Amino acid sequence: METLEQIKARLEIALPITRLDILPNECPAGERSLVVNAADGFAVAKFLRDDAQLKLDYCSNVTGIDWPQATIKTKIKRKVSVEGVEKEIEETIETLRSGHLEVVYHLYSMELKHGPVVLRLRTGNRTDHTRLPSLTPLWRGAEFQEREIFDLYGVIFDGHPDLRRILMWDGFAGYPMRRDYVAPDDFEYEPTPHDKVLEQAKKHYPAEVKAEAKTEVKP
Amino acid sequence: MLGEQIIKGMAITAKNFFGSYVSKERLTTVQYPEERLPQQGNTRQFPMLVFDGDPEKGLRCVACTICEKECPPQCIYIVKSKDKKPDYKGQPQLYPAIFDIDISVCMSCSICVEVCPFESIKMNTEFELSTDDRFGALLLHKNDLAKSNEYYQKLHPDDAKESDAALAVEKAKAEAKVKAAAEAKVAAEAKAKAAAVAAPAPATPTPTTTSSATPPPAVAK
Amino acid sequence: MSATAEMPPKNFEVKPKLDASGQPMGELLEVSMGPHHPSTHGVFRMDVVLDGEEVVKLKPVFGYLHRNHEKIGENISYLSTMPYTDRLDYFCSMTNNWAYALTIDRLAGLAVPERAEYIRVIMAELTRLQNHTCLIGFFVQDMGALGTPMMYAFREREKILDLFESVSGARMMCNYMRFGGVRVDVNDAWLAQAKKVTNEYGKFLDEFEGFLSQNEILLARTQGVGVIPKALAVNASITGPMLRAAGVNYDLRKVDKYGIYSRFDFRVPVGEHGDLYDRYMVRVLEMRESIKILQQALRDIPAGPFMDPKAKLRGFRPKPGEVYGRIEGPKGELGFYVISDGSPNPYRYRIRPPSFINLTILEDMCLGHKIADAVVILGSVDIVLGEVDR
Repeated sequence: METLEQIKARLEIALPITRLDILPNECPAGERSLVVNAADGFAVAKFLRDDAQLKLDYCSNVTGIDWPQATIKTKIKRKVSVEGVEKEIEETIETLRSGHLEVVYHLYSMELKHGPVVLRLRTGNRTDHTRLPSLTPLWRGAEFQEREIFDLYGVIFDGHPDLRRILMWDGFAGYPMRRDYVAPDDFEYEPTPHDKVLEQAKKHYPAEVKAEAKTEVKP
Repeated sequence: MLGEQIIKGMAITAKNFFGSYVSKERLTTVQYPEERLPQQGNTRQFPMLVFDGDPEKGLRCVACTICEKECPPQCIYIVKSKDKKPDYKGQPQLYPAIFDIDISVCMSCSICVEVCPFESIKMNTEFELSTDDRFGALLLHKNDLAKSNEYYQKLHPDDAKESDAALAVEKAKAEAKVKAAAEAKVAAEAKAKAAAVAAPAPATPTPTTTSSATPPPAVAK
Repeated sequence: MSATAEMPPKNFEVKPKLDASGQPMGELLEVSMGPHHPSTHGVFRMDVVLDGEEVVKLKPVFGYLHRNHEKIGENISYLSTMPYTDRLDYFCSMTNNWAYALTIDRLAGLAVPERAEYIRVIMAELTRLQNHTCLIGFFVQDMGALGTPMMYAFREREKILDLFESVSGARMMCNYMRFGGVRVDVNDAWLAQAKKVTNEYGKFLDEFEGFLSQNEILLARTQGVGVIPKALAVNASITGPMLRAAGVNYDLRKVDKYGIYSRFDFRVPVGEHGDLYDRYMVRVLEMRESIKILQQALRDIPAGPFMDPKAKLRGFRPKPGEVYGRIEGPKGELGFYVISDGSPNPYRYRIRPPSFINLTILEDMCLGHKIADAVVILGSVDIVLGEVDR
């Protein structure tokens, strides 16, 4: 199979795309991915599926990822001349990553038996711009997986034939897989509480927890 | 003939059915609980703490809480003691004042056994522990969990042999270290005595002659 | 049913058939084959709309066993997730463990020694044997065989589970694979017992096929039922025996050649019609191929270490990066997509569940068939709810 750079070149010739990047992967055994704008996502995916050299007819995995707003610190080395002597100093640059949700598609080819090509689509933010094009009309196998991402992350897929909750019950409020999801307080008595459960236990059974902490066991 | 294959199939099941009256091999049902199958060698159910000799003084656990941290469902609860007691090597170690395992949460993954550096928590094979008290009876305390080394050797003879061998190696290393330290001390004392006899200390030691061949016998008792 | 951009809207209106004068013949009946059901392979619900006995609409509903395993994976360390992967597809815990161990081996760059690779292949093929055996038992029971073939299947399965218990300590929740190898080594007594079980398995399969494969009732109920065309199977991301029964030759053991599968001589059975009988036969033939692989592996297993010496048990922090690792599980392609950010816990831990995705075209397969066929079609998809819901 051709490299990602060749695929990117052919895509840019064939389609009017605003943004198409190759995301590096620090792990050497993993694959690099193509990041596309949400508006061009459907056209790029259709090209990848129908192209004669790639024929990526099998969408293996659709994953949702939550990237909350965070400051990323990267250390870089810079050459600086101090009093005429060139020195290399280490600097920490802080970049603000705005929060967004991401959907990753792993595409393989059953006919030509090659792959994968990893395609990534990103939403605008995590609150109101959470719409992405659905790739279910191209690969039927993405149907249930996109429903699951809608259910657990809150990404709305335009063009999905049946977008509703799949694993949680209808009428459930909230998106459980997001990193800032707070589970409801359904505390049940637990004899060996740790960490977060211990905090809850203190709220519900304060007398008992205090009594246990007080027991001095003599050798 | 329509139905021929069905009749052939029924002949096979009939052979098994009538054969079960005659041959033991075809009778696969075991009438539990009157009959029990012997358990496989390495079977694991819930953890237990091993002690050598005395359940209190010989308990191998030193309350390092590594198993508590690594346990995936977090079912172990340890409270360290305030004082120390000597372990099998003779060194004073902490011990667990409280060691509770909630077996309604434990999933028998034996990760606690894998990460324990002191060969003190192992897997037991008792599984007929059902009760109707959901919280109290399924919480095992230190005295329920403590089982003797002889029991462990009967249960998993190969593992117990490896475990005992590892502990013996550690004990030998510790004893060797103690012996080496004692010998080093004796040698130092002898050297110090020899130095004191050979060169009596001068009345007014000058600051520049601080370089002495032998180290000052400050540690000599 | 083609699967291009002209998919019908899902919530389409269904109407009963009309008689000669254009009047509707009766009403439609909506049945909830609810989560408590002996034939649904777990807590799975199908809302079917029936016109007489014929299925006109089918909606699968699941999520009753959802434990949010993916979020648990984000909160605990890499090693601690291994026992949770046993509980995904609880019949095939060894292959689940292998898929996860394979992914993390690639992420951390660990080299698995040869003996461990052979052991992994032996465990995976034994798992495939016992999974297909017990699945055929369930499949035939869904047809109404009232348990006899299932009991035969379980009797053989117990022999394999005894092997698993003697090496890893537990029959089903084995927790056996580790990053860089396996947890404990197999000794010669175990290998001898495994050889014995493997060599006797062929005779058991002959007996099992003797009363199933040519049985007129089974043939009448499975041939021509639940057909999937090849193009739809590929487009709907179907994998495993269901895909191969539809006529597509795609087996990850031959395509990806993960582990040491390239050393073994085995064939991949591919069906022709894509109906239920083909799926049954593909599974039986796969069992025979598994026996071949097992015999070769048990013969060739070398001596050596069973764990990579560089692998760490505690304090395992792989470098940042992401990997998607997949294996050919008994039910289809089981994949793990792990993103690491250098901390002891994964940043994102995703399981690609074959049973969940194979259910996408359940409605397509069942439309037009009777409700009794819907039960058997579901049986042939081979779902385990632990994997569907995670």
